[in-house]
Amino acid sequence: MADGSIIPEAVWQTLALLSPSPPGWGGNLLRGLLHSLQIALGAFGMGLIIGTLGAYGKLYGSPLVRDLAGIYTTIVRAVPELVLILLLYYAGTDLINRTLEMAGYQRIDVSGLVAGIVVLGFVQGAYATEVLRGAIKAIPFGEIEAARAYGMSPTLMMRRITLPSMLPYALPGLANLWLIATKDTALLAVVGFSELTLETRQAAGTTKAYFLFFIAAGALYLLITLFSNVLVARIEKWARRGMPSIREARS
Amino acid sequence: MSKLIADTEIEIPLETFPIHKDTDPAQRNEWKQPHRIILILIGLALVGSAIFFLRWDWLPNYGDLILQGLWRTIWILCVTVFLGFLLAVPLGLAQAAGPAILAIPARWFCTIIRGTPLLLQLWLLYYGLGSLFPQYPWIRGSELWPYLRQAWPYAVLALTLSYAGYEGEVMRGAFAGVPKGQLEAARAFGMRRFTILRRIWLPQAIHRALPTLAGEAVLQLKSTPLVATITVVDLYSVASRVRQDTFITYEPLLLLAAGYLVITGIIVFLFRRLERLVPSRLG
Repeated sequence: MADGSIIPEAVWQTLALLSPSPPGWGGNLLRGLLHSLQIALGAFGMGLIIGTLGAYGKLYGSPLVRDLAGIYTTIVRAVPELVLILLLYYAGTDLINRTLEMAGYQRIDVSGLVAGIVVLGFVQGAYATEVLRGAIKAIPFGEIEAARAYGMSPTLMMRRITLPSMLPYALPGLANLWLIATKDTALLAVVGFSELTLETRQAAGTTKAYFLFFIAAGALYLLITLFSNVLVARIEKWARRGMPSIREARS
Repeated sequence: MSKLIADTEIEIPLETFPIHKDTDPAQRNEWKQPHRIILILIGLALVGSAIFFLRWDWLPNYGDLILQGLWRTIWILCVTVFLGFLLAVPLGLAQAAGPAILAIPARWFCTIIRGTPLLLQLWLLYYGLGSLFPQYPWIRGSELWPYLRQAWPYAVLALTLSYAGYEGEVMRGAFAGVPKGQLEAARAFGMRRFTILRRIWLPQAIHRALPTLAGEAVLQLKSTPLVATITVVDLYSVASRVRQDTFITYEPLLLLAAGYLVITGIIVFLFRRLERLVPSRLG
């Protein structure tokens, strides 16, 4: 084995660690990626719902609602996600179990997936509130006045006027939030949920091929980002149809 | 591929803490509204009940450790923001006006940093480089080895690179946003290129980036607890230490959250002062 072919052989053996079947760890990484994507999608969706409610609360709510929404967004955006995740994760599961016990039910194990989605969704909601609030304020005011003049009810106006015409203004911010959501799933590694980063660390720790696995995982995250960028560009083109393109609008 | 990254505009920078407050007069603060007073009373009651009903007897034992952690968090934050900004200026300049041979690597650097989680970058540097270095005798023998064996150089490196990646993108926009006329006027005065950068281009770009810089500094503060995962003793890791030692979960975490809130407030306040120092009408 001491001839010139030893280097490709070694490289080949290292790369074989990435194969998807059991001697390799590729399967684990892909499973982690799937979990990460599930959590990111769920958290982003929940963030959108909270964000829409929050934005409406901040813009049209009573003074009390406005202040409560303000407190929510300020605190969530000022405290590190890691601390919030720990607090909500422990406090949330503890609270649910205590209520269940008081009501006379068995304790339940909250699955990591659900807990992760709820916790990250709560964090995303604060940022989404700000993005959507800005987008709604960017709608030309005449559109909303016209809708009111036609006697539309608030929900109808939201469905027909506000949400569609705020979309082009909200999309860049929302795309940013989606990317943040995919990357924030990595934080759940700290509470022991086996998403991509934790799976990577386990694989790397077992095989000692740290560089290989961390770079492979990085490439997977990067692929999500680049793929999302392409998708967002298409959605944005669709949402801005009939409007001047970003470059023309700026100049 | 690089064309694609150039053309997709991902960002309207998220101002985590908008410095430009809403000028809407309806939203201006009036502290004497009745519901605000009630909210403040409820808040005080919550704080009071937290002080009386939760356990704080562990606090004196960990006083020194908390101060140490606080100092290290602030130290890491300041050093990485400063170094990261120094790195971000050339990154932004290369992307905004550099030749392709500089612009493309800079763009890829920013994309890679912004496209992967910080936790992963941190672990790649700490576990990856950390496991690579001991294999080379000349590194073990070098002067730097005592530092390379500790965790904090990796933490500082990872956080610096991360801040530079995000801020490089912001600086690109800021450099590109300075009006052409300013630069042409400078050139007409016969300034050398470096003088133009130092006197005209950089100051205006920094002023443009200042609100985003504050937001990025807050984001950087929120990333610092990640260094606890590679055994650097910062504010966050003190809380987990208390949890492990005494099995008290909520109190340290609540105190921690309050601590980060205060530091965030200080950062926002400082940047507001800084922004007021600069004359705000620029062409």
